Amino acid sequence: MQYKDTALNPFTSTQPARDQTAPAGQTAPAPPADPGPVLELRGAAVRVGGSVLWSGVDLTVGRGEFVAVLGPNGVGKSTLLKVLLGLLPTAAGQVRVLGQQPGRASHQIGYLPQRRSFDASARIRGTDVVRLGLDGDRWGLPLPFGPRSRAAAQRVSDVIDLVGAASYAGRPVGECSGGEQQRLLLAQALIRRPELLLLDEPLDSLDLPSQATAAALISRICREQGVTIVMVAHDVNPILSHLNRVVYIAAGGAACGTPAEVITSQTLTRLYQTPVEVLTASDGRLVVVGQPEPPAVHSDRHASHDHHDGGAP
Amino acid sequence: MINPAFSWNIVDDIRTMWAYPFMVNAFRAGAVVAVVAGVMGWFMVLRRQTFAGHTLALSAFPGAAGATLIGIAASYGYFAFCTAAAAVIALATRGRAAGPGSSRVSESALTGIVQAFTLACGLLFVALYHGFLNGTTALLFGSFLGITSSQVALLAATAAAVLAILAAIGRPLLFASVDPDVAAARGVPARALSVAFLVLLGAAVAETAQITGALLVFALLVMPAAAAQRLTARPAVSLLLTVVIGFLVTWAGLTAAFYSPYPIGFWVTSFAFAVYLAAQAAPVLLRRARRPTFLAGAPA
Repeated sequence: MQYKDTALNPFTSTQPARDQTAPAGQTAPAPPADPGPVLELRGAAVRVGGSVLWSGVDLTVGRGEFVAVLGPNGVGKSTLLKVLLGLLPTAAGQVRVLGQQPGRASHQIGYLPQRRSFDASARIRGTDVVRLGLDGDRWGLPLPFGPRSRAAAQRVSDVIDLVGAASYAGRPVGECSGGEQQRLLLAQALIRRPELLLLDEPLDSLDLPSQATAAALISRICREQGVTIVMVAHDVNPILSHLNRVVYIAAGGAACGTPAEVITSQTLTRLYQTPVEVLTASDGRLVVVGQPEPPAVHSDRHASHDHHDGGAP
Repeated sequence: MINPAFSWNIVDDIRTMWAYPFMVNAFRAGAVVAVVAGVMGWFMVLRRQTFAGHTLALSAFPGAAGATLIGIAASYGYFAFCTAAAAVIALATRGRAAGPGSSRVSESALTGIVQAFTLACGLLFVALYHGFLNGTTALLFGSFLGITSSQVALLAATAAAVLAILAAIGRPLLFASVDPDVAAARGVPARALSVAFLVLLGAAVAETAQITGALLVFALLVMPAAAAQRLTARPAVSLLLTVVIGFLVTWAGLTAAFYSPYPIGFWVTSFAFAVYLAAQAAPVLLRRARRPTFLAGAPA
């Protein structure tokens, strides 16, 4: 076994590319003999800093689905992604990611962490940031020539074209706008042709037109590349029409299903344990009314949990 | 003191300098140091760890003073103190991202503490060693006199080890420096890399301090890297440019120091500063040259 991940090895050119090179919809990858769910959570619970963030989460996500993780601030949406990545242990229950323990399949997962912006003084090109996603975790130095180097450069430019970032990928990344940086980071997450893409509030801090464009791009990647997408979102409306399924996490637990099933007055009232009403605006946007303010103790919700990184294999 | 006149006949001038074995050694040592300081400094600037680098540089001073006090070569003192300080900073701040209940201090505070303590140690060693005053200036501001062949060999061996380790960890280190969250998710051992990097930086600082002195290490550690990163955003190109700038600056500094009564540290720093200023100005000037109408008068 030279390459356990031959199908994902970016240097294997014999592999049919699940790429923009293939016409949309026609050459969706043939499902493996036993595809199984991409994600499977059974009664999962997580504990951060001694207190249980969420528990009893049951979730099954199939291949090529677009799933949103919703819920109030501080409820542990980002933590769910960290659990899936194997960066945080679960306190109870079972979690299977691509049929394996969390963290085992990290080379098949693309991850876009919560809003990080490069400092304006970051003197490195967008291309280089994307390239790091391809082989930045390998030891030693790459050969600057040869077929591997050309294949890598080709893959970088392909994926940059896929997200439409070609016009600014050669600029220092610190000089790109927030939306441009987000596209480059999406390219970085996609470069290894992941099976699963974990996106943490990728629409956060984009203006409304950019949100719609980015949502359409992510949805297109989901359909055309057959990538399963789990996206933490603060606001469901920009992505509502693209979603297969939502996971709604609140203090009282979690609910999973289609948006029409989950985002209802009844379900949310149960999850919040207080009366909540879901209204539909004339343009189809959903408005959650009576949503309680998030508890004040969650000011550290974005604090890094790096001290658990050691657990990642 | 030799002070031959500079003739502007570069070949003759170099021949005059290289007639002295100690100058040949100084040029060799300068070349080794320029490469190591350039490469390590490039990562340091990218990782924004210049404060840690500065502290390591200052801990070179007590290292050399202590070595002189107990009667061994200053090189050993440099390496012992610089790598020890690096290990202390790296290991004590490992959990700097720990939660609010953590009692750990932040990296910059701890670095400051290490810095103050090492300076105090240096002062103590100087006080204990009476009649040390001339040597102190050389320790702080550098000297190119009296570099022996065995010192050059030690410098070269250390440099080779530092560069070999850096070549092995360079790519994940770059990933963890630019994009720590994704690197961690990909299984890059960011913490171990950061410890390894600081220790390597300590070794590089110890090398550099022997040419520029403890206070002016930054001339070779920061300025070439900052200038190169300003000129290009391509990692490989700016890394190469850093080494070239450091190399030219060091050799020019050695030459200037040989032909003038002023110390080497001053020359190397001044040349590096000049290059940095030029690198800052160059993009602006180029932009203006490309858009002459910009100054001639845009519509009001």
